[in-house]
Amino acid sequence: MTSYPFTLADADLMALPSGALHWPAQSTLCVSDLHLGKSGRMARRGGSLLPPYEVRATLEKLDADIETTHPARVICLGDSFDDLTAVGELEDHARLWLARLMAGRDWVWIEGNHDAGPVEIGGSHRAELRLGALTFRHIASGPGGEISGHYHPKARLGGTARPCFLLDTDRLILPAYGHYTGGLPCEDVTLQSLMRPKALAILTGPRVIPMPMPRR
Amino acid sequence: MNTLPPTLTDWIAAKGWSLHPHQQDMLSRAKDPATLLIAPTGGGKTLAGFLPTLAELADGRLRGLHTLYISPLKALTADIRRNLRAPVEGANLPIRIEDRTGDTTYTQRRRQRADPPHILLTTPESLALLLSYEAAPRIFAGLQRVIVDEIHALAESKRGDQLMLCLSRLETLSPGLRRVGLSATVEDPLALARFLSPTGCAILTADPGPDPDIAMLETDTPPPWSGGGGRYAIPAILEQVKRHTTTLIFHNTRAQAELFFRDLWLANEDSLPIGIHHGSLAREQRERVETAMTEGKLRAIVCTGSLDLGIDWGDVDLVIQVGAPKNVKRLVQRIGRANHRYNAPSKALLIPANRFEVVECRAALDAVRDHTLDGEPRGPGPKDVLCQHILLVACSAPFAADDLYAEVTRAGPYADLNRRDFDACLDFVATGGYALAAYDRWQRLQQTGPLWHLRDPRAAAVIRQNLGTIIDTETLKVRLKSRFGGTPLGEVEEAFAATLTPGDTFLIGGEVVRYEGLREMTVEVTRQPGRDPKVATFNGTKFATSTLLTERILTMFQQESWPDLPAHTAGWLALQRQVSRLPQSDRLLVESFPHDGREHLAIYGFAGRNAMQTLALLVTKRMEEAGLAPLGFVATDYATLIWGLEPVTDPAPLFELDALRDGLEGWLGGNAVMKRTFRATAIIAGLIERSHQGRRKTGRQATFSTDILYDTLRKYDPDHLLLRVTREEAERGLVDFSRIEDMLARVQGRIDCLRLTRVTPLAAPLFLEPSKIPVQGQGRERLVAEAAERLMRDAGLT
Repeated sequence: MTSYPFTLADADLMALPSGALHWPAQSTLCVSDLHLGKSGRMARRGGSLLPPYEVRATLEKLDADIETTHPARVICLGDSFDDLTAVGELEDHARLWLARLMAGRDWVWIEGNHDAGPVEIGGSHRAELRLGALTFRHIASGPGGEISGHYHPKARLGGTARPCFLLDTDRLILPAYGHYTGGLPCEDVTLQSLMRPKALAILTGPRVIPMPMPRR
Repeated sequence: MNTLPPTLTDWIAAKGWSLHPHQQDMLSRAKDPATLLIAPTGGGKTLAGFLPTLAELADGRLRGLHTLYISPLKALTADIRRNLRAPVEGANLPIRIEDRTGDTTYTQRRRQRADPPHILLTTPESLALLLSYEAAPRIFAGLQRVIVDEIHALAESKRGDQLMLCLSRLETLSPGLRRVGLSATVEDPLALARFLSPTGCAILTADPGPDPDIAMLETDTPPPWSGGGGRYAIPAILEQVKRHTTTLIFHNTRAQAELFFRDLWLANEDSLPIGIHHGSLAREQRERVETAMTEGKLRAIVCTGSLDLGIDWGDVDLVIQVGAPKNVKRLVQRIGRANHRYNAPSKALLIPANRFEVVECRAALDAVRDHTLDGEPRGPGPKDVLCQHILLVACSAPFAADDLYAEVTRAGPYADLNRRDFDACLDFVATGGYALAAYDRWQRLQQTGPLWHLRDPRAAAVIRQNLGTIIDTETLKVRLKSRFGGTPLGEVEEAFAATLTPGDTFLIGGEVVRYEGLREMTVEVTRQPGRDPKVATFNGTKFATSTLLTERILTMFQQESWPDLPAHTAGWLALQRQVSRLPQSDRLLVESFPHDGREHLAIYGFAGRNAMQTLALLVTKRMEEAGLAPLGFVATDYATLIWGLEPVTDPAPLFELDALRDGLEGWLGGNAVMKRTFRATAIIAGLIERSHQGRRKTGRQATFSTDILYDTLRKYDPDHLLLRVTREEAERGLVDFSRIEDMLARVQGRIDCLRLTRVTPLAAPLFLEPSKIPVQGQGRERLVAEAAERLMRDAGLT
């Protein structure tokens, strides 16, 4: 399967293998936890000097998804930057690239816990966004028709762990889209209590693979 | 010439001892700048190393640190401290001796920095740490001598490279420092002398003593067809334990030692006191065993490489090696653990774990008898270790690049390092060394005038925590479940812990425990005596069987019959010859057969575990391209077994050297072995931090796998220093491509492919090998998708 179609609060959605969510009826693409500038933040704090390529890698992936889905609206579901300083430190090349992706689109930055507060980079900035019956926010908190990120869920199958979407009748949690992001196993107690018993884990990778959410 | 103080001479005489010739030689050559002493175990080589120190310190005039003693094992430093106390106290010498290891308390370490003893006993890692402090110049200013014990063992790993860099540093801090290396018998003493001191090093060789009394243990029950552990031999082994004072029972892996110990204990009807000792056990556990052993309270110890080196156990009179020794040199050194009396033959028994190992043990016995030792020449000093060393130097004080380069090239392994490579390492440490200019404001090291220094001095604490070149697999502590923390039992690999569900049982420290759950990154267990364990899959170091041994085995295969081998093994080889063929040195035998719903390919390359693993990776890559859907493989020292969805009918194209070499370049990409090598390199070079026990976050993981970094570098920065190091590293280490080239050169296209209907006698043991490696390809995607569909169906979801 190249993408997984499903319905949440009567909206027809698609989980893409990249970890992005596509809502064709609203011409909307949603990605979560880009964590742009993570390597820079670690260096600033006196830590390791990681390969400074995660912005490029993440934007390449986003570029490709935008190229295939042609969305009129892009929602970045929080923690788009690793912190606010990272926005200022974005290289010119990346800034231009981002500007090109944003051009002509309704671009919504949802606040996350890493990048709370508006970012000085264009687009609109929201704590959360309601679109039809769906609510987009960074951390899952409310009932019914909720799309969120934050937890970086991942699931194991066949010996490898992959980032995954978590889906039940009330909510969808997106995997982290950013290149340098770890993950939280589905078995974690927080995710277990958030998701209803019959939840699905939709694995990302070369193609999407739906399976029952692993339980403790 | 140095002379011993009269009180010490009197004490030695009172004991009825006299100095061995090589001990006397060490004393007379005490002023030499560098000396390598090669002596068998029990030859008193450690005392020989210390005699000049005792002589120089006898009059009590010297203050501060005089001699630094470095051993590869923590346990050894404690042991040496005990052993040195006897002559020092006996001769009433005014000498303060202390040890300093990872186990030394914080208070004591601080005190040692302020007021160092005359003799400090330590490990390479603790020395590196000590050198990273600002106080290092003061601590080492008056240092006269450095003694490196078991240098043959250190020289085989990056720990030795790091140590030699540290010795160069010490020599800068204390010019005129004298070096002494103490070594067991090695195949190339000159190379070891150059390693210790590239500017010249005297070699002293002690009398090697009589040949060991060594044999293969014949048992009533033949060894099993396959598998490891040697449990079939337990009755015979117990019999031997009863007949000797103290027996060391060596195993090649920790998991096997655990299984063996448990069964040995169950069969131990006379309740002989027997202990277990290996690196995964909690420190408290190991210390208890060591103490009991020193006090002569144990009749036997089941152990692994953790007891390979020098601790003087006194009364050991038998060494039993369970499982094939893999390497003749190591076997000889292990045998030396028995009978620590000089000039008495050591007694040893080999227990083959299965039929194949009977052949290997026979080959090893012949090699010991013929006095042939194996050994591969070492490459130049690895650059990841150099990167770490540069960080260490920066922690202690600002430095000039020219000075540090000069100092580094005075270390044996780095004597030929060119300036360009040094600068690349410095650039990596300072800026990350990326093609994309980044981090100019946030460099790790900055230059002020001619001096390099840490940009943020607070980073030193993190750098110190990451010192060292031993990269453990990620492990989790195991504790008994209790409200008050619980008794620590040891450690298991994280990957193993991840497979456990509450209720599962496994073995640790010889007891069966039940997995209760994970709490703050600690595995909580309860005791569960009498239950069958799920096997622990934590492994010790994997050694590849040496070229010398594999050649001897192939030669043995060509005999018409095998009167030297037990009948069961001779019969097994004859059966293999009958249903298939026996591998030959100048041909490559490949068997193809179906089994259990999968197609299998067994390749008998006899090139050692690492090369066979590489061959498997290259061949599976070509199979993937040919649409043969390989699913996984397992590699041993003598063969590789690959399974997949499609049969291989014409293997010859899979083994074309040029294609394999191309594959090596291209494939160096996405495979697990390279990623494992990269991870070690990245940790040593300081690209990423080690995950420390208890410091890891339990909630959302802030870390991500090094595999992502590896893939990122390959894509965006393929010439990055760490990728170059990983490639070099892998080619001579885990990849070991040279042995594949040797094998294919030997074979010259003579490949015998046999299509068979079932598993052959020689292939059967391969099925029981642990460490199966999955091939991530179309075959696996097919299976994963099928598995997910099944789960969905079972859950009533579509």
